[in-house]
Amino acid sequence: MAVDTPSQSVAKAAGDVVARGPRRGTGSRRAPKRSLATHWYAWAMVAPVVIVIAVIIGYPLVRGLYLSLTDANERNVARTIGVNEIPATYEFVGLDNYTDALTGSQFLGTLGWTVVWTVSCVTLTFALGLVLANVLNRRIAGRSVYRMLLILPWAIPGFVSVFAWRFLYDERRGMLNQILSGLGMDAVPWLNDPLMAKFSVIAVNVWLGVPFMMVALLGGLQSIPGELYEAAEMDGANAWQRFRNITLPGLRSVSTTVVLLSTIWTFNMFPVIFLLTRGGPGEATQILVTQAYKFSFEISPRDFAQSSTWGVLILVLLMIFAAFYQRVLRKQGDVW
Amino acid sequence: MSGDHHDPHPPDPQRPDPGPPLASAGLHLSLIVASVIAVFPVLWVLLTSLKPAKYASTTDFFKETTFENYTNLLSDTPFLTWFGNSLLVAGLTTVVGVFISATTGYAVSRFRFPGKRGLMWTLLITQMFPVAVLIVPIYNIMSTMGLLNEPLGLVITYLTIAVPFCAWMMKGFFDTIPREIDESGYVDGLTPFGTFWRLILPLAKPGIAVTAFYSFITAWGEVAYASAFMVGDENMTLAGGLQKFVNQYGAQWGPMSAASVLIAIPAALVFLFAQRHLVTGMSAGAVKG
Repeated sequence: MAVDTPSQSVAKAAGDVVARGPRRGTGSRRAPKRSLATHWYAWAMVAPVVIVIAVIIGYPLVRGLYLSLTDANERNVARTIGVNEIPATYEFVGLDNYTDALTGSQFLGTLGWTVVWTVSCVTLTFALGLVLANVLNRRIAGRSVYRMLLILPWAIPGFVSVFAWRFLYDERRGMLNQILSGLGMDAVPWLNDPLMAKFSVIAVNVWLGVPFMMVALLGGLQSIPGELYEAAEMDGANAWQRFRNITLPGLRSVSTTVVLLSTIWTFNMFPVIFLLTRGGPGEATQILVTQAYKFSFEISPRDFAQSSTWGVLILVLLMIFAAFYQRVLRKQGDVW
Repeated sequence: MSGDHHDPHPPDPQRPDPGPPLASAGLHLSLIVASVIAVFPVLWVLLTSLKPAKYASTTDFFKETTFENYTNLLSDTPFLTWFGNSLLVAGLTTVVGVFISATTGYAVSRFRFPGKRGLMWTLLITQMFPVAVLIVPIYNIMSTMGLLNEPLGLVITYLTIAVPFCAWMMKGFFDTIPREIDESGYVDGLTPFGTFWRLILPLAKPGIAVTAFYSFITAWGEVAYASAFMVGDENMTLAGGLQKFVNQYGAQWGPMSAASVLIAIPAALVFLFAQRHLVTGMSAGAVKG
């Protein structure tokens, strides 16, 4: 995958005249295949990236795939201790890791929570982003100030914000519980109760994700011609009808992109879970990525094979999702 | 997706009026609530960093304002070392990443060539890669090459994220530069490389700056690889180092908050300056494919 697959791409990408329109027309007419003379500079320009990707992504990916078919762990991989080099002694075990993962309850359980986590985060983030973008799109005093403030969570490095939230969530001395006790209520175990922790991590991720959604959707809103609204108003469309029939369709292309990106990011959102709860309490908030990380770096002996297996499964799931998503879009008439 | 959403006095008829005063008050109220939620955690850390460490958990906004957290942080902890490590790793990643991927962004934006579609898909899919797919093999490779715990190892690792991302994003920016400019270059007898170097690159500077900034921030905030690959106080980056202040045995919120502020301020300032172009580049690349 990471390594370019020439046969397939050559078949698909028809050679064409240099410097044509920006759109890679999906139904482009097939020109006769050009020789090296026509394309050598394009290839020379992309060569650095192709080589780098092949070496630092392609090769590890292939190795990862291979590791997932072995029983590699900390004790049997090749390693250097002092001056001694110990060769690898792990063995090929076929698809055993995959059968174990897919038939055992741990993978499926974690997958279930990961899906819940992704769907709730993306839905909430999108809904809040849409509302805020619509509000900010109005002529309202102090718009740019609000916009600046609302964007702040995006501007702070994620790991710093996550620690800030951990500080607020702290069960005994955190701000949130101190406010609650000031109001005469019991302390809430924000990160220490399995169910509560789930809400807490989702809240933090939504907090982190809304600004991006908002800015992207605001950009989309501003590209909708104002005349459409005027015309609709003249035709007597009410606010809801205008939103339903102009705003939402106008936001389609932006929304599809940001929802796809946001889904992928959330599915793989390592830092929020890792830094807030480390997947705990128990394994309650463990998503696939953090669990795979745990296999290879936090348990003893480190289980590289299982970790790779989970990694490959995550990648496969995401690719299936992206392909499916694209197909749905295409059916609805989006060229992408 | 036009980039301009920052007009302080928008006289244009595009935007719907807020309507009657009551509705307007409602809008302001919801915006204020949202802004408070957005700002509060950040503000709270800032306020905490200015209190003496022993009062870190009090709910007062101000209490004996002091900079002792900052002085303690800088003198008693390896914070500056971590900061330096992060700066080095993120800086190198950015420079190398942008340098490698600039021509690719251009080629993919302008030319049709066999393999382009495959390359585009590769760039897209590699951005989907979960850290879990690559972290183990890269860890093992780095371990056999003796690059674990070395900044260089982390830079190489970060390039797996930065290169596809930069190429993708720069394509988006190059797409916004009219191709008449390229054509004028060809008319004047420039080769594609000459056109790129002399005409397009200077025009694309803002886009390159934003791409560079974004990949810097990504490397600056990366947690998983940094936590796994860099151990020992001397070699940690900020993302790993901060975890030292807060672990299962307790939390030192005083130095923690001061460190957070010092990490966040420069990033936030540049971010607010650059963000308008960010979404443009990212979604332009994605939408136009």
